[in-house]
Amino acid sequence: MIETFFQSLFLRYNYYMAVIIMLIGLYAMIAKSNLIKKIIGLNIFQTAIFLFYISSSEVTGGTAPILMSDPGTVYVNPLPHVLILTAIVVAVSTTAVALALIIRIYETYGTIEEDELLVQEEKT
Amino acid sequence: MIPDHLTILIVIIPLLGAYTTLLAGWVKRRFCFPIAMVTICIQFCISLALLYQVMKTGPLHYNLGNWLPPWGIEYVIDPLNGFVLVVLLFLSLLCCMYSKRSIVAEIEEKKIVGFYTVFLLLVAGVCGIAVTGDLFNLYVFLEISSLAAYALVASGREKKALFASFNYLIMGSVSACFILIGIGHLYIATGTLNMADLARLLPPLYGSPLIQSAFIFFIVGLSIKTALFPLHLWLPDAYSYAPSAVSALIATVMSKMGVYALIRILFTVFTPAFIIMEIPIMELFCWIAAIAIIVGSVLAITQTDLKMMLAYSSISQMGYILLGIGIANSVAMTGGILHILNHAVMKGCLFMVAGAIIYATGLRTIDDLKGISRTMPLTAAAFFIAAASMIGIPPTVGFMSKWFIALGALESGQWFFVVIILASSLLTAIYFWRVFEYMYFREPDMARQAAVAGANDPPASMLVPILILAAACILCGIFVAVPLEVIEPSVTRLLGGN
Repeated sequence: MIETFFQSLFLRYNYYMAVIIMLIGLYAMIAKSNLIKKIIGLNIFQTAIFLFYISSSEVTGGTAPILMSDPGTVYVNPLPHVLILTAIVVAVSTTAVALALIIRIYETYGTIEEDELLVQEEKT
Repeated sequence: MIPDHLTILIVIIPLLGAYTTLLAGWVKRRFCFPIAMVTICIQFCISLALLYQVMKTGPLHYNLGNWLPPWGIEYVIDPLNGFVLVVLLFLSLLCCMYSKRSIVAEIEEKKIVGFYTVFLLLVAGVCGIAVTGDLFNLYVFLEISSLAAYALVASGREKKALFASFNYLIMGSVSACFILIGIGHLYIATGTLNMADLARLLPPLYGSPLIQSAFIFFIVGLSIKTALFPLHLWLPDAYSYAPSAVSALIATVMSKMGVYALIRILFTVFTPAFIIMEIPIMELFCWIAAIAIIVGSVLAITQTDLKMMLAYSSISQMGYILLGIGIANSVAMTGGILHILNHAVMKGCLFMVAGAIIYATGLRTIDDLKGISRTMPLTAAAFFIAAASMIGIPPTVGFMSKWFIALGALESGQWFFVVIILASSLLTAIYFWRVFEYMYFREPDMARQAAVAGANDPPASMLVPILILAAACILCGIFVAVPLEVIEPSVTRLLGGN
């Protein structure tokens, strides 16, 4: 049992790490009161998903997916890479919108700490 | 030539429109509104043509770049998304018309160019979700429309909208990430992203934990997007602090899109065989929807702010749609899908009325509305009709969908949910009756007298959409056979018939 666990840990190291990184990101989003740190948490969370996708495309002994003259060439699955390129663009735009919002929140309230913001909102 | 490409044009036209708006806005700000209006008008006509063609000849398939389906991206239009497209574009058209005057008071003048650009991007996103037959494409369009929605919510002068939009962004991004993980699981399991292909390849794998966890990720992600109780926390603030045209738009168009995506994933990708036989998830759905219906209504009763009350009432109404889908027999599904149209029409009308009252008087709490019917008679009358439809008084359209959902619940022997529907109609009556009473039978307070007496019905560009929607509440109820003609074949298709 323990042996199989260690085996799978080494064989599926990427996937375990993806889960751990994902949870770190989720924790930051929930527990941190600073809005910038929440966004950093969101980015960590998204990065974990990218790692998960890219790990899934690996083929043992595969090379870069470029059309070779030799038909027997083994190459890694290119589709997850392409999907993740799109997902990275989405993540970047989400971050941009979030940071723009934080700038406006700072201009309006003079703080980016969630608890202080909530206190100020109660007052109005 | 062109008729073959209508399916893709419905996504391309608003994208082009968005850039044209931005460019034209540099020349003159006045050009933005007409361009946005024309763009959505053309799309609405296209969606009608598509629906007509689908009803006549059956589902349309369009291969992007002529790549054949499981490899390329495929756009599919069947009766369900043809119907959803028409509803969404109709509502977007009216919201756009309504926004012309209403945003002048709520948005800084220099932001109007950006407003219409983002507005069209949102419309492009939701149309994309409706037409696509590819899972990853669905994710991308979901994010386009969500990002546009975050920006629109924060576009007004209201201070609280900023933080509301930030919370919406965090919740929305987490839900999109869950959907992305779900898509990854399905891709790893099957090697395809095409919905029809997935439905074909998944059945032998139904027992595998990979598929089941993918399913859970999809359900949680889409539940956040549709604000299914208890994942609704972002919704009330985002709906009530957004500019009124935006409230009307996201409360109708965005939330319906989430429900549509949920129906697609549940019934087209995972097929009824999986969700009803393999894991008894639909039972759970019904219970959560029942709780959402009751809790949403009770929370709406406790609100003092009109828009906040409407936002909580949305949570309860989304419960109805999901209850109809959760019971999963053809009668209840018909009711649930009909409620997509109904809720869009009713809630659009109510949010527009709330916006019109804020526009005319600057008042937003329910207590301040005393005696408003005397100075804003048409607006108050529209509110009355839409609210009567919300409660479910025949012959309005709200009655029809509740009737179908209740019939479906009886048919499957689930008496308890009939009780829930009746109880919540009563609760809905309580919170709307309070507003009627203040609007029609009370004298204004001394402090508010000047504001109420000086009010007028809003300008025509705001009044016309309100009246069209109020009329639609009654007309769709009387001529309910017209939408049913489209809904019935789509339900049969979803439940696995031809």
